[in-house]
Amino acid sequence: MSVARPLPHDAAPLHVSGKARYVDDQPMPADTLHLAFGLSTIAKGRITAMDLARVRAAPGVVAVLTADDLPFANDVSPSAHDEPLLSDGTVHYLGQALFLVAATSHLAARKAARLGDITYEEETPILTIDQAMEAGSRFEDGPVIWSKGDAPAAIAKAARTLSGVLEMGGQEHFYLEGQAALALPAENGDVTVISSTQHPTEIQHKVAEAIGKPMHAVRVESRRMGGGFGGKESQGNALAVSCAVVALATGRPCKMRYDRDDDMTITGKRHDARIDYTVGFDDDGRIQGIEFVQMIRCGWSMDLSLPVADRAMLHADNAYLLPNARIESHRLKTNTQSATAYRGFGGPQGMIGMERVMDHIAHALQMDPVEVRKRNYYAPADTAVPDRTTPYGQEVEDFILHEMTDALLETSDYSARKQAVAEWNAQNRFVKKGIAFAPVKFGISFTLTHLNQAGALVHVYQDGSVQLNHGGTEMGQGLNQKVAQVAASRFGIAMDHVRITATDTGKVPNTSATAASSGSDLNGMAVKVACDTIRDRMAGYLAETHQADPATVVFADDTVTVGAATYSFAEAAALCYHGRVPLSSTGFYKTPKIEWDRVKGQGRPFYYFAYGAAVTEVAVDVLTGENRILRTDILHDAGTSLNPALDIGQVEGAYVQGAGWLTTEELVWDARGALRTHAPSTYKIPACSDRPPVFNVALWDAPNREDTIYRSKAVGEPPFMLGISAFLALGDAVASCGTDYPSLDAPATAERIWHAVRRVADV
Amino acid sequence: MSLSISLSINGAARDIVLDDVRVTLLDLLRERLALPGTKKGCDRGQCGACTVLVNGQRVNSCLTLAATLDGATVTTIEGLAQGDRLHPVQQAFLEHDGFQCGYCTPGQIMSAVGLIAEGHAGDDADRIREGMSGNLCRCSAYRGITEAVQDATRRMTAQAAEDAA
Repeated sequence: MSVARPLPHDAAPLHVSGKARYVDDQPMPADTLHLAFGLSTIAKGRITAMDLARVRAAPGVVAVLTADDLPFANDVSPSAHDEPLLSDGTVHYLGQALFLVAATSHLAARKAARLGDITYEEETPILTIDQAMEAGSRFEDGPVIWSKGDAPAAIAKAARTLSGVLEMGGQEHFYLEGQAALALPAENGDVTVISSTQHPTEIQHKVAEAIGKPMHAVRVESRRMGGGFGGKESQGNALAVSCAVVALATGRPCKMRYDRDDDMTITGKRHDARIDYTVGFDDDGRIQGIEFVQMIRCGWSMDLSLPVADRAMLHADNAYLLPNARIESHRLKTNTQSATAYRGFGGPQGMIGMERVMDHIAHALQMDPVEVRKRNYYAPADTAVPDRTTPYGQEVEDFILHEMTDALLETSDYSARKQAVAEWNAQNRFVKKGIAFAPVKFGISFTLTHLNQAGALVHVYQDGSVQLNHGGTEMGQGLNQKVAQVAASRFGIAMDHVRITATDTGKVPNTSATAASSGSDLNGMAVKVACDTIRDRMAGYLAETHQADPATVVFADDTVTVGAATYSFAEAAALCYHGRVPLSSTGFYKTPKIEWDRVKGQGRPFYYFAYGAAVTEVAVDVLTGENRILRTDILHDAGTSLNPALDIGQVEGAYVQGAGWLTTEELVWDARGALRTHAPSTYKIPACSDRPPVFNVALWDAPNREDTIYRSKAVGEPPFMLGISAFLALGDAVASCGTDYPSLDAPATAERIWHAVRRVADV
Repeated sequence: MSLSISLSINGAARDIVLDDVRVTLLDLLRERLALPGTKKGCDRGQCGACTVLVNGQRVNSCLTLAATLDGATVTTIEGLAQGDRLHPVQQAFLEHDGFQCGYCTPGQIMSAVGLIAEGHAGDDADRIREGMSGNLCRCSAYRGITEAVQDATRRMTAQAAEDAA
């Protein structure tokens, strides 16, 4: 069996030799045009004049387009048709595309794009959460409110109450490969687009709208991305559409890629947010009732903000039974980049609100924060309890955090280390340590139920080699390898017989984005169905020719055994070919059991939950706020892992990225709405030296109780939120400086830590 | 204004007329010489994706003007292997799966080759982490990267000792 083995990435030999091709590495025809956007320099207003004469006259410029030059739809929104590719005369954020330049080189296009002479009638932009709340600037009529029980009454009756506020920043994806697309005009006005995208079908859809053709006129291919993290779910639309439109207008291939500064200035990021909370609890720390107000800054267009904000609400409970809860969500419209999907998709924002509350309760009661958490956990799976429902009405049937918590506390030596940290802090004035535990319960499935489907196309050739295609995209998560492992296992053949081709809308149609951690769950199952169809046909034919029962035909170890006869898989494929057995099949899968009414906030949006837990220890210099992670221990639930090496890589990478979000990664906009942190010089993502020097990661080895592909669990996003433990540990270190609760905001930069220390103590 | 330079790239002597004297080594490699293995991450010397060796030392090719390289020896990821035989650092990255999306990998490997040649880090994990911290990996495959550099250092040291004996 090829599943459950720690195989490296499928493209590993290509990566180490520099031969793995990304969009910008594709050899291009000699007459290819290069595109660049002219960008707005104000955050809000109206364009009163746009003089592009100097742009048109610039060296190498072949075409300049404004909204008036677009032949069909001027829209690249994945949701509400509210995102013009090129400005319709109004400006909604600083960095918005106003016009499009096509030139003979990338540099020529970029230089020309700076030469536009734009006159604006400027208006006062709405930039912050406070400004948007005050102006009532939002995407729906009012806040979305979901409730369970009667939270205000429960809080009023509770023995103790507390309130607080947590602010958290957004996060730039910083995929190392920036956004890029290449369009090749084809006969009949058709177009082929090669795109760095997590969502080829969406690219196909938006390109078709923009060129005024049915989707069958557009073929989109995605070989691999140099990182996605959600940032290539919708943000690639503008480049692909631009390339396709200009390619058809000029008859020449077109390529577009954003330089890093443009990429960070133009594209959406993780939603920043503020969460207000009021909680009532008993003297033992058990929550009686809780109210959250989540204020989510969505930016200028809707993009994916509604489901992101929904998911923040859906994770407001994290791992805890809330007998009475009220969650109010404001989706705020601001004159900033349109915030978009980012690993966790709102889940991290919702979850950290709950973890803050746990910490705050523990501080108020002077209890161990782990104990408070355990008392509030959902009940273990398969125990009889009156209530195991989430605030949105889903029964938590698979809760395993009690066991995982006990195991991690033991392997991480939590109690002794907590004691040692206390002793250290008693003896040291300037370098304080902190330690914290955080659990994760993350819901798996797209909350938009219809997206939970996938297709695959598998061919067995007459020499026994297998080619497979599925709707998922590869961005480093190892999806292709996992899916190939499934195919190899179904046919009982070695991995080198299986080749996965680039994701292609011409092979598998109507795909969902590779998102919501669902890639291997959905596509693995679709591939399994396709492989089993072919295998059953082969077994049927071979059994018939050998007067055997098809059920007794065995595919294993590169051979097929039928009664007394044994063939190599290649021989069996050749026999079936000569026997006129169809050796190609599609496969289709849709997730069972899910149903969801997002307006009411009731149902079963998730097929299952993935769990994890982390303990992080940090040190803080209270004189400067400088800090570092000393040690991290993680236990993560990947079900029966399809590939433990890839899964551990996902867990480690997600943790580091999550800790980055909450520590060093700070986005700063000035009063004009200009993003000032638009390059790695000012936006600090974790480097090799920032990884915890002691980093113990283990997988919780137990099968998914739901019938997923080989009983595995999704792993892309859930461990991101383990990074919350680093944030809590910093808060713990700061708390040791005094008696007040530090109420640290995120990201906990050195500067914020320095201020927090001074709030709780006179250093 | 044009300028001619002569240099060695991956062992081959090249005479190149620069039609733009301000072209960077990175753009020269990718756009003129069909060597796209070296990646453009930030184009301002802060991410390390474009790392190559110039005269054996690791440099950010996006900050290196091609015009300054007359007479230089340049090695890129495409020139590291000996035919089908991978360089020990490439082999170690393969075995330790020192990447996820792979985009930073050519820069990581060239940086590692440079770091090992500098000889300051040895196989000390902390020093390797510091020495490799100019090469960002957003997927955070840093465990595999660190282990690969450690492993390659040991192998190359052993090989050097064997060769000397």
